[in-house]
Amino acid sequence: MTEQDALFEYCLRLGDNSLVLGHRLSEWCGHGPILEEDIALANMSLDLIGQARGFLGYAAKLKGAGSDDDLAFKRDARQFRNCMLVEQPNGDFAMTMVRSFFYSALAYLHFKSLAKTKDATISGLAEKSLKEVTYHLRHCSDWIIRLGDGTDESHERTQNALEELWNYTNELFETDEADQTLVSQNLAVDLKTLRKEWDDIINKVLEDATLKRPDDSRFMSKGGIKGIHTEHLGFLLAEMQFLPRAYPDTKW
Amino acid sequence: MKISSHPHIITSTHQIWDILQTIPDPEVPAISIVELGVVRNVEIKDADSVKVQITPTYSGCPALKTMEEDVKEKLREHGFINIEIETIYKPAWTTDWLSESTKQKLKDYGIAPPQKLTIEHLIPIGKKNTEPLACPFCESKNTALTSQFGSTACKALYFCNNCHQPFEHFKCH
Repeated sequence: MTEQDALFEYCLRLGDNSLVLGHRLSEWCGHGPILEEDIALANMSLDLIGQARGFLGYAAKLKGAGSDDDLAFKRDARQFRNCMLVEQPNGDFAMTMVRSFFYSALAYLHFKSLAKTKDATISGLAEKSLKEVTYHLRHCSDWIIRLGDGTDESHERTQNALEELWNYTNELFETDEADQTLVSQNLAVDLKTLRKEWDDIINKVLEDATLKRPDDSRFMSKGGIKGIHTEHLGFLLAEMQFLPRAYPDTKW
Repeated sequence: MKISSHPHIITSTHQIWDILQTIPDPEVPAISIVELGVVRNVEIKDADSVKVQITPTYSGCPALKTMEEDVKEKLREHGFINIEIETIYKPAWTTDWLSESTKQKLKDYGIAPPQKLTIEHLIPIGKKNTEPLACPFCESKNTALTSQFGSTACKALYFCNNCHQPFEHFKCH
C-alpha cells in the first residue's frame, strides 16, 4: 500500500466517523428534551460535519478527483469507513449520550496525538477538532453522570445503553496495513496505544455515575474500516444522500 | 453589483488589510473578521489578482462561507477581478488571537469575552478550576453556566445571579 493510498483511507475513516455521527446527532434537531440540549446536539453535529468536510476534502484532494461532497454523497455503505458505533440509531437520550461519550473519548485522545504528526493538513485539522471534541466529551460525560446518578429510570436506561453499545467499542481501536504504513512515518496515530487512556476515562466517568462497566467477554463487532457495517448505515445514507442523488449537481 | 475599474491602485497588502478590517463578522458584527483572526494572510498577485488565506474558527462554522463571499465582494469593489480565497487549518484558530481592544468590543456588545486560554479550559472530564466569569452587564462574578453550547458555535450560555440577566460568553478556544 502506498503512503498516499494509506493517507486517503485514514482520512476517510476520520471523515466518515465525523460525518455519520454528525448526521445522527442532526436527527435530534427540533426533538431535544429541552431547548438548551437541542442547541447543544445541533452544535455538536455542526462541529462534526465541519470536521468531516476537512478530512473528506483532504481525502478528495489526495486522490486528485472530486470533492468532499462527492465522497459524502456518492459512495455506498460498503465504501464507508466509519466505525459501527457511530451509525447506531439515536434510541433514547441515554443511548445518544453513551454513543457520543464512547466516541468523543476516543476522538479526544486520537486528535491530541494526531496534532503532533507530520502532515500539516491532518495535524492542523486535528488541532482544531481536538478543542471541539473536548467540549463534546465534557458535555456527554456530564450527562452520563447526571443520568447514571439520577433517578432509577435514568440509571436503568443508561446502563441498558452501555450494554447495548459495548460490543461496538473494541472496533474503535481496530487497525490495518494503512495504519501501519502511516504510523512508521509519523503520519498517523496507532489507535491501539490509546486503549488504556480510553479505558481510564470510561472507568472514571462510569464510577462517578454509579454505573457498571459492561463485561468484556462477549461478541465484539469489527470491520468498519473494511466497509463492514450494521444494517443501520444504509438507511442513514438513504436519507442523507437522497437529494444529491435524485437531483445530481443541483444548486441551492 | 458594479465592478469598478480600479478606483485607486492598491499596491500594498496594508491597504488590503485595512479594507478587510471593515468587514464585520456576520454573527458578531461588533468585531471585524480581521479582529476575529479569521484572515491569516494577504498576497497581491498583480493589479487584478489577490489571494486571501482564511482559517475557520470552528470546523463547522456556517459563517465562514459568508465571510468568503464578503471578502470577495469587498475586494471586487476595490477593483480586484481575480480573488482567490484559500482555507488553511494550521495554525489552528484560537481566541488568544483576539486583542484586548477586540475583547472590549465584545464586552460592550454584551458578550463576555474569552479569558486567556489555559490548560484548565481544555480538561475534558471532571471539575475545571477556571476563573468565574464576570457578567458583561454588571461585572458580578456570581454567574453560572447554563450550557456550553449557544446560539453560535463560538459561544456558551450563562446566567448572572446578581442582575438576573442571561448572557453569552465567547468561549475560550
